[in-house]
Parts: sequence; C-alpha cells; structure tokens
Amino acid sequence: MWVDLAAVALGFGAGILAGLFGVGGGILFVPTLSLVLGLSQLHATATSLLAILPTAAAGVWNQRRYGNVSGRAALVIGIAAIGGVEGGVQLAQSLPEATLRKIFGVLMIVVAAQLVWQTRRRPPYPS
Amino acid sequence: MRLVAIGLAAGFFSALFGVGGGILIVPLLMLGARFPQRSAMGTSLAAAFLIALAGTVTYALHGEIKPGAAALVGVPAAVGALVGTTLQQRLTGRFLSLAFALLLAGVGARLLI
Repeated sequence: MWVDLAAVALGFGAGILAGLFGVGGGILFVPTLSLVLGLSQLHATATSLLAILPTAAAGVWNQRRYGNVSGRAALVIGIAAIGGVEGGVQLAQSLPEATLRKIFGVLMIVVAAQLVWQTRRRPPYPS
Repeated sequence: MRLVAIGLAAGFFSALFGVGGGILIVPLLMLGARFPQRSAMGTSLAAAFLIALAGTVTYALHGEIKPGAAALVGVPAAVGALVGTTLQQRLTGRFLSLAFALLLAGVGARLLI
C-alpha cells in the first residue's frame, strides 16, 4: 500500500520533471521501479520505456498547443536515434564500461558548462 | 543532416548508459541546432516518445515489461507531464537553460562516481 503510494508520488514527480525539461522521465522511473517496486535492473529499464509513452504523449499534446513541437525534427531525430541505439549496443559490448561512464560523465558536465556560458553570452530568447 | 547526427548521438549514448534520449537531445538541439529552450524541450519529448516506442516493442517481444508497474508510475507521470509543461510556459528561457544545465551536471557527476 505505502509502496504503491510512493511509486505513484515518484511517478508524478518524474512526470513534472519530464514535462518541465523535455526528458522522458527515465531518470526517475528506473530507480523507482527497481528500488521501490523491487524490479530487476533489466525489467526496470524495459518497464521504464513503457511508462515513458503516456508521459511523453501527454507532454507533447500540451506542448503542441503552445507551438513548441517541431514534428519533422522529432521524426528525424527519433528515427536516427533508433539506428544509434544499435551502434551503442555494439560498442558497449566491446569497451570497458567504467571508462565509458567516466568519459560520458565529463562530457555531460562540459555540455552543462557550455549551456551556462551560452546563457551568459547571448541575450535570452524572446517569450 | 544535423538532426540526423543529433538523433544518432542520442540513441548511441542512451543505449550505452541507460540514460533517456531526452537529456541529450535537449542540449544538442539548443547548442547544435539553435533551437530556443521551449522548442528544444517540446521537440525532445516527441522524439523521446518515438525512441521509447521502439524500445518498448523490442523489450515486449522478450517479455521483460511489467505493465502493472508501468501503469503505476506512468499514469501519474502523464498527469505530472501536463503540470510540468504548463509550468514551463511561465518560466523564462534563461531560467530553463540554467536549471537544465544543473540537471545535466548532476547526471554527469553521478556517472563519474
């Protein structure tokens, strides 16, 4: 009972994060499914993808009303990403995971710094 | 062409590290394709839907999805996404950029530890 309530609350929080920042919500779904609901890592990852569908659908429906969705760009990126997943899976099996995690962690921090830099340099976008 | 590269990179890294595509698509659209914040975030959600759809089909064929658990977090999350996207319209692009950078740095730091 409490476990279910916690999962609902965390799901709601994941949805707010997903809508606010345009991410799928997997960042919170996977730990909720594995740590709160006790799913294995594989089942949590797989189940998280299904949970992203209603979340992203609701977010896209609302964002379309505000004119914030470029359908063509989303289609091109989505289809290309499905191809990229194949390459990622191949590489993941041939390189040491710890090294990859470190490289990628540094890369994300660099991109974050770049975003902050861009906001400082350029005037904020209108509206 | 740039969009194809963004999609390939997002799919590639999300498969490697199990992070959603969105956390990569948003900054790539903003920095690489000059999308304004809200457009980058709205478009990223639509792309994340497609990527998750393909992943769901793949995993479902292997029977690794728990639909009950997915509904338990996914249905409240859909309501949350309506709240989040509505809230987003009231925030400045500048604030969204900085808050997103913080989220990105946090996820990056977690990968390092």
